[in-house]
Amino acid sequence: MLLLILLIPFAGGLLALLEKEDPAFPPRYIALVTLLFDLAVIIFRFFLFPPKALLTASGSWLDMERYRWIGSLGIDFFIGIDGLSLLLVLLTLFIGTVTIFTSWNRIIKKPGFFYFNILWTIGAMIGVFISLDMFLFYVFWELMLIPMYFIIALWGNEQRRRAALTFFIYTQVSGLLMLLSIILLVLIHARDTGELTFNYLVLRDSAAHLNAGWLVMMGFFAAFAVKMGIVPFHGWLPLTYAQAPAAGSILLAALMAKTGAYGFLRFVVPLFPESAVSFTQAALILGTVTVLYGAITAFGQRDIKRFIAWTSISHMGYILLAVFSWNTFTLQGSVMQMLAHGITTGAIFVLAASLIDRTGTRDISRMGGFWNPAPWMGAAVLIFALAMMGLPGTGNFIGEFLILIGTFHYSAAIASVATGTLIFSVIYALWLVHRVFQGPQSPLISASRETISDLTKGEWTIQAVLVVVLLWLGFFPSLFLSTSAPWVDDMNAIHVHSSMPSAEAVKNRLAGGAP
Amino acid sequence: MTGLNNLLPVLPLLLTAAGSIVLLLVISIKRNHELSAIIALITLFFSFISAGVITFFDDQMPVRITGLLIIDTYSLYFAQLFTAASIATVVFTFLFFRTCAGRNVEEIYVLLLLATLGSQVLTAASHFASFILGLELISISLYAMIAFRRDMKGIEAGLKYLVLAGSSAAVLLFGMALIYNEFGTMQFSRISALAGFSHVNRLIVITGLVMIVAGTGFKLSLVPFHMWAPDIFQGSPPSIAGFISTVSKGAVFAVLVRFFKPADLQWDASLSIIFWILAVASMSAGNLLALLQRDIRRLLAYSSITHMGYILVAFLASGRLAYVAVAYYLTAYFITMLAAFGVITMVSLAPAKDNGRHRGECCTGLARKSPVLTGMFIISMLSLAGLPFTAGFIGKFLILTAGAATGYIWLIVIMVVNSAVSVFYYLRVILRLFAVPDDDSTAISSIPGLPVAGIITMAVLTLFLIIFGILPSPLIRLLMTLRMII
Repeated sequence: MLLLILLIPFAGGLLALLEKEDPAFPPRYIALVTLLFDLAVIIFRFFLFPPKALLTASGSWLDMERYRWIGSLGIDFFIGIDGLSLLLVLLTLFIGTVTIFTSWNRIIKKPGFFYFNILWTIGAMIGVFISLDMFLFYVFWELMLIPMYFIIALWGNEQRRRAALTFFIYTQVSGLLMLLSIILLVLIHARDTGELTFNYLVLRDSAAHLNAGWLVMMGFFAAFAVKMGIVPFHGWLPLTYAQAPAAGSILLAALMAKTGAYGFLRFVVPLFPESAVSFTQAALILGTVTVLYGAITAFGQRDIKRFIAWTSISHMGYILLAVFSWNTFTLQGSVMQMLAHGITTGAIFVLAASLIDRTGTRDISRMGGFWNPAPWMGAAVLIFALAMMGLPGTGNFIGEFLILIGTFHYSAAIASVATGTLIFSVIYALWLVHRVFQGPQSPLISASRETISDLTKGEWTIQAVLVVVLLWLGFFPSLFLSTSAPWVDDMNAIHVHSSMPSAEAVKNRLAGGAP
Repeated sequence: MTGLNNLLPVLPLLLTAAGSIVLLLVISIKRNHELSAIIALITLFFSFISAGVITFFDDQMPVRITGLLIIDTYSLYFAQLFTAASIATVVFTFLFFRTCAGRNVEEIYVLLLLATLGSQVLTAASHFASFILGLELISISLYAMIAFRRDMKGIEAGLKYLVLAGSSAAVLLFGMALIYNEFGTMQFSRISALAGFSHVNRLIVITGLVMIVAGTGFKLSLVPFHMWAPDIFQGSPPSIAGFISTVSKGAVFAVLVRFFKPADLQWDASLSIIFWILAVASMSAGNLLALLQRDIRRLLAYSSITHMGYILVAFLASGRLAYVAVAYYLTAYFITMLAAFGVITMVSLAPAKDNGRHRGECCTGLARKSPVLTGMFIISMLSLAGLPFTAGFIGKFLILTAGAATGYIWLIVIMVVNSAVSVFYYLRVILRLFAVPDDDSTAISSIPGLPVAGIITMAVLTLFLIIFGILPSPLIRLLMTLRMII
């Protein structure tokens, strides 16, 4: 079943590619049906009718499948899903569906190839989230880049080729360094135990004895930090987010950044517990710098997509804090932060795309006073701007709150600085709403109409669904937190800093105190 | 002593040799392009099959033939690989010269068969005499094949190759002579056995080995012996360029492995430094120069230089995995290069708007003309770049693993960085396929109805590229069983 979930997007992509020009059933329908079908399979399998074996499964794994692949090198086609992966796969398919709707009328050029690329990116990301073999993980990690590269390079804005190349070089170099680290890790394991295997679980269980050293860890660190845009690794991110087409920006910010965060949670700390501890100080400082620098730089942006890119960098910094503080609070917080940020950034990028379509520019300084002509759009932007600043009642609040509590356990100083940064996010979020929707109405540049139109019915529906999910995350986080709780408890076995209350306890405390 | 039974293992070589003679006779009786190509195909096909049959059914392996040749599973695997590559080359050559009606082009198949024979000899060579024999069979056939288009570019390329190959052969022979002078033998096994003794004059031995490396380095177009490659790739017919980049290089690599690796001569302190430098220089210089190329054939020439540098990393590594990595990478590289040159051949069949001048950016805007060829070309470029689900990726992975297992951390770090840089220009080529050409003269006017033979060959190559990228296990297991003796 897991294999089916993984293969559906790839199969759908091939179908979309085969479409002739002017077909009866255009590629966008194929893409939509594919993703909804995949979503249905997951919900059917894991929520509606989970088989009994699944409920009593040992450990935190809900499902695992293993097929022989390259036996002579200890490589298997080994996939498995636990609470963390399940939530991220759900997020991927949900946001994926949003990207399809966002591209619905925007993509006219080569639609077959476009939806092929979208579906393959999504498929590869699902592969990243459920791979339990290091080689397989790397394969999907690389595979995710190629269709993404085409999305940016062929359907992007005016500097698309430069952006696509910058994106590819950054991610490719860091990805190959990770491949090197994977190989070294496996060889160190083989030398010490005599067993050549790329099995993640085996490597993780013997990680404490291996002590592979921090240089090997850095390969992983670089790959994941680049994806998330952690500050010295962020050079590609604003340019690429700004130049990608709407669907590309959403996939990059809402989902691909999460693969980096996932990598930190799944691989960096569990595989290198000792090195991670010795690297904690540096990582926390990097995280704080990222939070701060992203927030401050966002404030000065004129390009609305660059603005979102910088806020995204800032929010990803929190996840780095969470990973290296490594306790129940921060782990649960990072899950919430990933989900909430995925929804928020996705929604903001969808809204930005609508704004850009209507005004013909990405320049914030040429927008203004749009509240009267477009109140619904203004309301939607306001809601997600409030979410961005972490207003209670949104998932973002839960995420950041848990992360900051957990970080405080580790280092009061770092937590204080990071909390202080929240002020900046309030400023930039309100500044965005103020500039675009308040003040005197600015004339439009290219359009023949006098002013912009409000959200269409379709756009309104997308935003409504996103708002509902956002509030769901904020008001009833326990469904999500209890899905990831077994994973968190499992990870607590890795005593990185000090022992912590169990995930269940945190969830209960939070559920009791939640409004 | 040489009964019929003892000749059975060399059947692939004999078949190829006989085929070339038959073909010569047929041509002298009646010139017919189709017939000549078919005879060449049949010859190569039976040669391929016989090598496979011997691999599976002969329990007397390995067999020594007259001290010059050794037939073992290793040599038979490579012989099959080279023969298969020649089959693809024959198809593409046929398509390329089909339009040249009225010109005498049949002899190119004789030359191709002879070059294939040379490569088969090299896979089995265990003696300097067979080494040089195989090498010259390839080189001399290539002089003519490169110049076969008989225009200025082609003749220039052929002449260049003649001069450089001639001088490199001289260097190689001198190196062999020095080694013979010191050891008194030309047998690989004896040389390996004697190399460890202390009473030999190390200076002379090392000088000899270095000259052998230099001579073969030319064939492999390792930096700094690479100058010829771009001009010759550009000047020769595309199918022949594909042959040079695959069979001619692979055969030399096969013989180098047999000569150096059993005794690990490459680990001698001074030699290993030389190999290290050659590998790093080939990878890096090949890559940097490829970045500057706009002509796809020149780009592939530099790309091929880079790939030779990568294979040297596996060549330097130790253990069984190193052999597997070399063989796997060569196989993947062969399929990829042939597929790339196959597409170039097919595209060059399109009537050019500027009277047949060599079009530099030969594939601009291909996506709109032929989606099928575009798809195949993209896959071969991705494989050259070593991206997942292509054979090139598994090859790269095996080399990295073999290198890391030996402890060549810096070498593989350099390889990784180069590999990342190389993606840049492969992707640029892919993007150009989708570009709308601004200058109409560089655009492809239209692809005439794609020839069936070409499409089938391309489909098979692409299929193998993907199969070896997704399910590499059977091939790896086969390569693990290869045994090489000297």
